[in-house]
Amino acid sequence: MDLLIDLIQLSIYGIVLGSILTLGAIGVSMIFGILRFAHFAHGDLMTIGAYVGLSFLVFTGAPVWWALPAGMVGAALTALLVDQAVYKHIRRTQPVILLISSFGMALVLRSVVQLVWGPNVYSYTGGIQRPWWFGDIAIVPNHVWILLAAVLIVAALHLFLTRTRMGKAMRAMSDNMDLALVTGIPAERVILITWILGGMLAAGAGVLLGMDSRLTPTMGWNILLPVFAAAILGGIGRPYGAIAGGMIIGLAMEISTLYLEPSYKPAVAFVIMVAVLIVRPQGIFKGTL
Amino acid sequence: MSLLLVADIYGGYGGADILKGASVRVERDEIVVIVGPNGAGKSTVMKAVFGLLRIRKGQVRYKDEDITNARPEQMVKRGVAYVPQEKNVFPSLTVQENLEMGAFLLSGDLRPRLEKVYAVFPKLRDRRRQQAGLMSGGERQMVAMGRALMIDPELLMLDEPTAGLSPLLIDETFGRIREIQALGIGVLMVEQNAKQALAIADRGYVLATGANRHEDTGPNLLANREVAEMFLGG
Ligand SMILES: Nc1ncnc2c1ncn2[C@@H]1O[C@H](COP(=O)(O)OP(=O)(O)O)[C@@H](O)[C@H]1O
Ligand SMILES: [Mg+2]
Repeated sequence: MDLLIDLIQLSIYGIVLGSILTLGAIGVSMIFGILRFAHFAHGDLMTIGAYVGLSFLVFTGAPVWWALPAGMVGAALTALLVDQAVYKHIRRTQPVILLISSFGMALVLRSVVQLVWGPNVYSYTGGIQRPWWFGDIAIVPNHVWILLAAVLIVAALHLFLTRTRMGKAMRAMSDNMDLALVTGIPAERVILITWILGGMLAAGAGVLLGMDSRLTPTMGWNILLPVFAAAILGGIGRPYGAIAGGMIIGLAMEISTLYLEPSYKPAVAFVIMVAVLIVRPQGIFKGTL
Repeated sequence: MSLLLVADIYGGYGGADILKGASVRVERDEIVVIVGPNGAGKSTVMKAVFGLLRIRKGQVRYKDEDITNARPEQMVKRGVAYVPQEKNVFPSLTVQENLEMGAFLLSGDLRPRLEKVYAVFPKLRDRRRQQAGLMSGGERQMVAMGRALMIDPELLMLDEPTAGLSPLLIDETFGRIREIQALGIGVLMVEQNAKQALAIADRGYVLATGANRHEDTGPNLLANREVAEMFLGG
């Protein structure tokens, strides 16, 4: 009986973590689908989003949920800036060069966060939230808001990808780059939109992660591995797969704490990622890897 | 004034020249066919015209304007549509979304254009919500041609539109191509099913090792003994 309650409790944590991972993984997957490289600076883009959101709250005194749109603007602009300043010039080189550059960008972004906001730990709200009790199961209000926000963001993205011309063009380019070229789809414009969306999703993940725990300069970097695990499990280049991947990785990480030290959570994600790469590298939904 | 004039072009994929003096001409409303052995450079001619590889020497003119090495996007804007030999649909998009992508560069209401394409390929209307990647080879070829027709092209370039199709579907496809021609669209196509293609062609070219070998009307090429023996399998 206790085990069942633990399992339910951990599953709730898993879904919350999964929804955060999903937002990050969709961005990684979209960027891979269109630009064909693993964006290692994605975690630190999340951090930027979280901190920009924090600054907005501090300066304006706005209610907490404003951190989300503010962070999205900050991370989208950062992504655009990084793309135009760095990635744009090496687009036609090998993917490994882009990958290494994004690794360097990750370090740069993290240093910027340290420089601007310092090494301190922050949180959006002071104090500890009182959970709602349902029998023996506790639900923290923030977890409900996190899940709700993630669902809304994913739904908005879905509408964009399926209902707008630009969204369809993104899917087309991700499907077949050469055909997109001969069809006349303007690649550079699609790439800019991809960075804007990728940045917004990263900020979504960052702010929600900040709401779940606290803000530190390494918060995004620390979660990058599970985010990639989720993207790969879902089939990299397939944004919809990232939802399944995120949920599975999130649940696996939390439920593993029944048997393992919580500090092994990233290792659990890593093991799943390696297993997927060995057994089914294309992921659940046949990605482009 | 020819619709398309390719004059003695040279070029390749970065290494040695693949095209060594290839020439093609398409007049308005004509069906022009390029035949030739595998690896002759037929697809390469199409790609060179469409700006997918560098032409080192020679000229491409479209309606008397020099468009040598124009980018694909500019070709689409001028009213030239191209269907590559392989991977010519967006597999995760629906049929209708594939068609919509064809007109990405155009603004305004797409419905009249979609109606026009559905008139040529009625089957596509019934299956417009189906994912293109899940369709048969013949259906995918229709999607690909439909996508190209969305810009209301003046010139349609098709690279082996009947490759891998059953005899019945090959007949149907050639029938559709004649309907497309009847809409006033010039068609330049590369074909392996050379006899059937030349039978509906106004003119044809035989290409070998990147250069023109023969050039004549469709019927004349079919009747030419040397062409028949060397390139049409007797
Ligand atoms: N992308 C490419 N890169 C380098 N060489 C190529 C490429 N595509 C085709 N080739 C070479 O160009 C030659 C002509 O190919 P292609 O035009 O596809 O022939 P065809 O369409 O007549 O069968 C072949 O020798 C082929 O190996
Ligand atoms: Mg070919």
